[in-house]
Amino acid sequence: MEKLLNKTDIYNTFKLNRFSIYCQKKKLFLNLYGFGSILIPDLTVRKGVMEPIIIAKNLSKKFGEVVAVNEIDFTIYHGECFGFLGPNGAGKTSTIRMIYGFSPMSSGVLKVMGMDIKKSARKIKERIGVVSQENNLDTDLTLLENLMVYSRYFNIPRKEARKRSQELIEFMQLEDKKKSRVDDLSGGMKRRLVLARALINSPGLLLLDEPTTGLDPQARHLLWQRLRSLKTSGVSMVLNTHYMEEAAQLCDRIAVMDQGKIITTGQPREMVLEHVGAEVIELRVAPSLDQEITHTLEGLGLKTERFGDTFYIYLPAEKGLLKELTQRLIPLNHQEMIHRQATLEDLFLQLTGRDLIEK
Amino acid sequence: MKELFQIPSISWRCLRVWQRDRDAYMKFYKVSLIGTLGDPILYLLAMGYGLGRFLQQMEGMSYVEFIAPGLVISSAMFAASFECTYGSYLRMIYLKTYDAIIATPLNIEDVVAGDILWGTTKGLFNGMIMFLVVWAFGLVDSSWAIGIPLLILLVSFLFASLSMITTAFVPGFEAFNYYITLFLTPMFFFSGVFFPLTKLPAWVTVLSRFLPLTYAVEISRALIYGTPSWILIWGTLILIVPSFFLFCLSVNLIRRRVIK
Repeated sequence: MEKLLNKTDIYNTFKLNRFSIYCQKKKLFLNLYGFGSILIPDLTVRKGVMEPIIIAKNLSKKFGEVVAVNEIDFTIYHGECFGFLGPNGAGKTSTIRMIYGFSPMSSGVLKVMGMDIKKSARKIKERIGVVSQENNLDTDLTLLENLMVYSRYFNIPRKEARKRSQELIEFMQLEDKKKSRVDDLSGGMKRRLVLARALINSPGLLLLDEPTTGLDPQARHLLWQRLRSLKTSGVSMVLNTHYMEEAAQLCDRIAVMDQGKIITTGQPREMVLEHVGAEVIELRVAPSLDQEITHTLEGLGLKTERFGDTFYIYLPAEKGLLKELTQRLIPLNHQEMIHRQATLEDLFLQLTGRDLIEK
Repeated sequence: MKELFQIPSISWRCLRVWQRDRDAYMKFYKVSLIGTLGDPILYLLAMGYGLGRFLQQMEGMSYVEFIAPGLVISSAMFAASFECTYGSYLRMIYLKTYDAIIATPLNIEDVVAGDILWGTTKGLFNGMIMFLVVWAFGLVDSSWAIGIPLLILLVSFLFASLSMITTAFVPGFEAFNYYITLFLTPMFFFSGVFFPLTKLPAWVTVLSRFLPLTYAVEISRALIYGTPSWILIWGTLILIVPSFFLFCLSVNLIRRRVIK
């Protein structure tokens, strides 16, 4: 699996390099007419797509006796959105905090933008943006003041900072509120302001720790849109989430974490197909019928599972099975039958277990 | 243990934190000013002019003259202390301002240093206003008083650092009561602000020698009434040396609390 991925990587790099050389030639030509930059945006960013931006090897984090992150390895590439999925306490936040130097790592190697986090934390932090789990805004200040105060930490000249703050406020659709105090904002607006603040230094890498937790659907979708548009403009992202839809909407690759370990890494769609299947049938039936169902399904070679009031049947991508299956299941005495696509949520629950994990 | 006493690595960027605190303060400075200055001015009026009418001369001066230098210093002490206890704790634990800032090129040492500088500034600011009030009441007798701003600065820095150490340990807001009622308030009363220490039982005099405010009050009185003595030099040294250690200790302690 790992080897296969590398082969495609090399191929992609090759293709992209050829493409960029071609475009650079074109750009030169087009620039003569004065609109090169409009026609070919962000090529410099795309050129290096497959260069790693974060490399972690044997990365661990211990709090006393408790091992929060247990010798994990991962590589995140330029321009990619990489998601960490996992239940609470899986070690996602600890991982992201090590990436921006907030928590010192206990052991291992961690390189961000080619620099060692242990030695060059300041330099790394100059070039990344962080959206932490809590809204740690300056609540007494206005939106604009929040951005201006934050810009000083990066030593951005005042005039430039004002321009950028204005742009970011517009980008996050907060114009109407820019003179309001943070305290007067809704949850969604605060979250957008935190993202705007994280972008004040035009970071090449964005670290997002549960960016939409607790938001209503409208606010969440707006935030996702903004993040997608940032991705298109070449910003690399690391995203912690336990919303499967969020991961599906934003991430190119994900790593599923549980109890401080990365269980598996890959592209969301492929992983679902591989571990779960293409479709799922959920049957609300009494457990007493399990044997009968299993008997009915005999010979089809399907993966099944019982949890609580539901019996799950997972269907692989091959077609033609469904009709046969429905015919066999209809005579059963079930209260409800749902047929749906397999999702990341199925994958997640299969990998991390269905039991409640509470700290 | 050793790491608690090492000199922390602080960059010039700590000034950015000072600027942040100033900007946030400017939003509410009117309310805040009344809160912190009301007390010492009240003491000056009620004790100095009120109680003073019933008292004989104190060490050769009127009672209000006697307490004025101490009130200038203690107003700086209280302002710096409140800022680096309640203020810093609020930013560190509730508002998570510290967390927000250390996601930028600043490190935790810069943040604590900036916060202490701000506490010092508030102490200096309050102390200076109190000094001007005392001066306006015609209680300043000497040009030696030109040294008062420096003394206020030093005292503010000392108490900002000391308060930051408390902040590194307290489990919640209520716990600051211990620091204030068991440490600051007794110090306020037993450092020679309101009565000379010489006429008290020996053990009180000995105890007062361990309180930093005692030296600051003596220096203040010497400056305001132009009676310079060796206290100016060794008193200042006694204030400077612990200040430096307390500052380093406070930065290291907060780092230990925040960085996990």
